[in-house]
Amino acid sequence: MTLELKQVTKRVGALTYIKPTSLKLEAGHFNVLLGETGSGKTSLIKLMAGLEPLASGQIFMDGQDVSKLSTQKRNISLVHQFFVNYPHMTVFENIASPLQVAGMAKSEIQGRVEEAADILKLRPMLNRRPDELSGGQQQRCALARAIAKESNAVFLDEPLANLDYKLREELREQLPELFAGRGAVVVYATSEPEEALLLGGYTALMNDGNMTQFGPTADIYRAPHDLVSAKVFSNPPINTAPVVKKGTRMQLSPDLSWELTGTAAGLTDGDYTMAVRPHHVTPTQTPDTRVALTGTVLVAELSGSESSAHFSMGDQNWVSLAAGVFPYRIGEVHQFFMDPQHCLYFAPDGRLVA
Amino acid sequence: MKTVNQKAWFFVLPVMLLVAFNALIPIMTVVNYSVQETFGNNLFFWEGLGWFEKLLNSPRFYSALGRQFFFTFSILAIEVPLGIMIALAMPKKGFWVPVCLVTMALPMLIPWNVVGAMWNIFTLPDIGLLGYFLNSVLGISYDMTQDPVAAWATIIIMDVWHWTSLVVLLSYAGLVSIPDAYYQAAKIDGASNWAVFRFIQLPKMKNVLTIAILLRFMDSFNIYTEPFVLTGGGPGNSTTLLSIDLVKIALGQFDLGPAAAMSLIYFAITLLVSWVFYTLMTKDD
Repeated sequence: MTLELKQVTKRVGALTYIKPTSLKLEAGHFNVLLGETGSGKTSLIKLMAGLEPLASGQIFMDGQDVSKLSTQKRNISLVHQFFVNYPHMTVFENIASPLQVAGMAKSEIQGRVEEAADILKLRPMLNRRPDELSGGQQQRCALARAIAKESNAVFLDEPLANLDYKLREELREQLPELFAGRGAVVVYATSEPEEALLLGGYTALMNDGNMTQFGPTADIYRAPHDLVSAKVFSNPPINTAPVVKKGTRMQLSPDLSWELTGTAAGLTDGDYTMAVRPHHVTPTQTPDTRVALTGTVLVAELSGSESSAHFSMGDQNWVSLAAGVFPYRIGEVHQFFMDPQHCLYFAPDGRLVA
Repeated sequence: MKTVNQKAWFFVLPVMLLVAFNALIPIMTVVNYSVQETFGNNLFFWEGLGWFEKLLNSPRFYSALGRQFFFTFSILAIEVPLGIMIALAMPKKGFWVPVCLVTMALPMLIPWNVVGAMWNIFTLPDIGLLGYFLNSVLGISYDMTQDPVAAWATIIIMDVWHWTSLVVLLSYAGLVSIPDAYYQAAKIDGASNWAVFRFIQLPKMKNVLTIAILLRFMDSFNIYTEPFVLTGGGPGNSTTLLSIDLVKIALGQFDLGPAAAMSLIYFAITLLVSWVFYTLMTKDD
């Protein structure tokens, strides 16, 4: 199964919600839509599901134009962030509802529902109504409905956002297995870069109604097309700063510059923007982290086994994220180190150049 | 240390007085009449259950009761499905919502005797707009003052015109309270329009429909003003509903005893059928 978007757009009145977007999604791996709240993930999913009309463009499923086809006829599943279950039906009936609509035999429905319920540990709750379940159980019920149905495409719109931490971890691990070997195109929307990395597969980066980059998740993480994509796919936010290339050196400030190697060395002299991820800026030095940054600590946070520090260098704010516990003091001048190998350089128009 | 005294009674007293004066005492008066024979000069003679016995053996009572049930079930069978259909067809947002709602509410705002008078004038065969149109333009013989079938059709259509709006407004309130998410989920499940109605809209409307059916049952079972003004119970006795008959006995003939017995039986039937309706419609919850 494939799902292909050709130059689709969505407009409401004079506002453009989705700018022309083309994508080719395939079955067999997760397709993650990554972007902040309001970047157009849900809008794009609704377009693909046929819940909202296209302003222009076409959608193909397995090569067939479904742009004009109603949602009912597209044979899809969708799980929302805010779980939707029919309140007057039991969990069993909820999971069975799409199968009943499809006219499946009773015995087969029974088997399918029980299978889905077992995977999502809902077996003891099959005879309860949704309002008798906890939030996590309700969301699992909604997921079970999506799993039980043999759909062509499964849309998961931040399905784990409202669950507690433990359940989230657990389900995130299970999700790729659940849909593996199904033949359905799985689209997973999230606002968390880590989630995209954990789920693997392919990722499409969304920013302000634009799909800025699409490709294998690891590739686009390592080599974002442009500055916007780099910013979308980084949490905490990626550090950026204007730099000047002179000869073989890249200069961040008059007294801070480093020797360039590889493709970066071949750039023409001039102004660039550099970007480096927070976890490549560390408070300890290794032989590789040649460049020392001196800054004043503004905010320090300790989350479990990671320490993050926001520090200022001149008029710039940077973030460092390192494994281990570091005793930062607010207002203290501290040294941080980075490996210039990990720096990305962007041309003034935002394109990645090295 | 708890203070024990009887002061709390003062707080309950106003309610007790109110209930006593507007329900208990009037009902007991009726009960009182129903077991006695009344003459002028406030002369009363004990009758026991005689009036009840006579009434329950009177064909006149049963035919009026039959007409009453026929009327009530006819209008319920029309108004409930029609009301749901209109509610489903009404716009859920935008400019036309208030327009539709006000238009729907209009018939209910008209005083009942005016409704009867309006329909009377509207349907008179010689001068009424509808009566004249049917007879002289379409050539259909229609005279609700002479023909029992025409009289029945007219009082049923009048009630449908007057009260379908109530079912519409209540159903509409139930419908707009359904979140979009359910409709989306149903679309994704591949549900047809019928399935959406049967499994989403109807269950969501169930509570308000229960109220609508109960209200329509009680109101139509006790209806008096509109048919009385429209047909006066005629032609002959063909549209003499229970309430019309009751007023004839109580005020026309001033037979207070039989009228009181009939009122109590009438009340008991209304109560019983309402209870059965309510129990049947809410037994799933």
